[in-house]
Amino acid sequence: MPEYVAMVYSKDVDWSLPEHAAEMAEYGAFNEAAAAVIRGGAALYPTATATTVRVSGGKGGDVLATDGPYAETKEALTGFFILECADLDEAIAMAAKIPAAWDGAVEVRPVLPIM
Amino acid sequence: MTLPDSFTPAEAAERAVRADYSRILATLIRMTRDVDLAEDALQEAAVRALQTWPRDGIPDQPRAWLTVVARRCALDRIRRDKVRQSKEAESVWLLEHEAPEPEASVVRDDLLRLVFTCCHPSLSLDAQVALSLRTLGGLSTSEVARALMVPEATMAKRLTRAKQKIQQAHIPYRVPSDAELPERLPAVLATVYLIFNEGYAAAAGKDAMRATLVDEAIRLGRLLHDLMPDEASIAGLLSLMLLQDSRRAARIDMNGSVVLLADQDRSLWREDLIREGVELVGEALRRTPDTPDPYAMQAAIAACHGIAGDYSSTDWDAIISWYDVLLSIQDSPTARLGRAGAVSERDGAQAGLIEVEAITGLDAYPWWHASRAELLTRLGRLDEADMASQQALALGLNEAHARFVGRTRAAST
Repeated sequence: MPEYVAMVYSKDVDWSLPEHAAEMAEYGAFNEAAAAVIRGGAALYPTATATTVRVSGGKGGDVLATDGPYAETKEALTGFFILECADLDEAIAMAAKIPAAWDGAVEVRPVLPIM
Repeated sequence: MTLPDSFTPAEAAERAVRADYSRILATLIRMTRDVDLAEDALQEAAVRALQTWPRDGIPDQPRAWLTVVARRCALDRIRRDKVRQSKEAESVWLLEHEAPEPEASVVRDDLLRLVFTCCHPSLSLDAQVALSLRTLGGLSTSEVARALMVPEATMAKRLTRAKQKIQQAHIPYRVPSDAELPERLPAVLATVYLIFNEGYAAAAGKDAMRATLVDEAIRLGRLLHDLMPDEASIAGLLSLMLLQDSRRAARIDMNGSVVLLADQDRSLWREDLIREGVELVGEALRRTPDTPDPYAMQAAIAACHGIAGDYSSTDWDAIISWYDVLLSIQDSPTARLGRAGAVSERDGAQAGLIEVEAITGLDAYPWWHASRAELLTRLGRLDEADMASQQALALGLNEAHARFVGRTRAAST
């Protein structure tokens, strides 16, 4: 069955703080409800902790690490799930149950199988 | 298969291929689970048909002929590709074993699958329109490009991307369940109506390809109605398109200018389409006693015009009532503008103008200004009428429509 990554875009906060416990509980509920199709995933610290890495002048060139995420957006990439679903319709139905779907957005992308 | 003698053998062959294109393709896609492969295989079969049929005559069962050849082409392609071969045992089995003339219900489901795949919400509307015309309409890529006024290379890319997305994201090839249908059907109807309007708005038909969009949309509407005869919104949409199209010959004059409903030569209206449209709208209304359907409401309005012998005998009361129902389920500024027009006919220009000016949200819509211009002219408020006309023109009415507004302006000076 094909795999999809559901990228979670939400407000850019530190989800480990106690003030977000209620929202984290909602994610916990999703984790449980979708356990049969979840193949992996992670929550991420806020974009303030992000470092964007580039190598200038081609492979082996100078490493250029800069503060911040690759793209500054209103809602930030704050986590992802890997879902194994029968098809896109099922993946969309699953993504619609991720709390960010009504509090941000979820981008669903098929995983390119590498043989 | 009997065809009029007036066709050359080549034309007759082309028509026969076209007639069966989408249903053969729909089945091939189910079997191969690959839109591109199915298209290529059918294309190859079509080319062979066009080479041999004009010479040898069209076979007794052209559909079976095309199906058999297309499946063989698909098998050849799968076998040539070793990676594919190991993965696609099921496709190979289906291609080899399914009867060359599948049962009607199988074909029906295959076509429905194709319809809902082409109009899947995860595809952009542009892609939905292009794919529908290409696969369900059987238009070539260059024909689709010309019809939608997009460079051919752009259209080819758009189609390729859409097919890749179907493949890579695994958009399912299936008919939505009854529970999903209310969510999925509107997208299909919107696509068909968009195709219709693309062609209808092009009006004067500088490029005949644009006008074929109207025929194509009606053909798709008929197909949907055949496939889902119980769906009121489909009957409503088909009725609406037929009733609008019934006025095709009267809508544009010899100079390519738009002729208003009031001035149209009703003897040019197509009786047969009106009759069919009126029948269909009745069907749609009977099927939706509780929840009126917006397409059926618009069709009902069009039907009121269609059955009026002349403009002065139009039943404006009925039209206004239908607009009121339409507005209660789908309030839109353009529907309000339509109602205001009807009010101006029943209660006079002043009453109409009050309604037109009460509509908000149409500042950028040229027809709102054009309606004001017309009503102000009728009320003798010529300076204001002139300003409204200029605004309509500045907002870029198309050429034929602009000539109509220009005439209003000329009348007002």
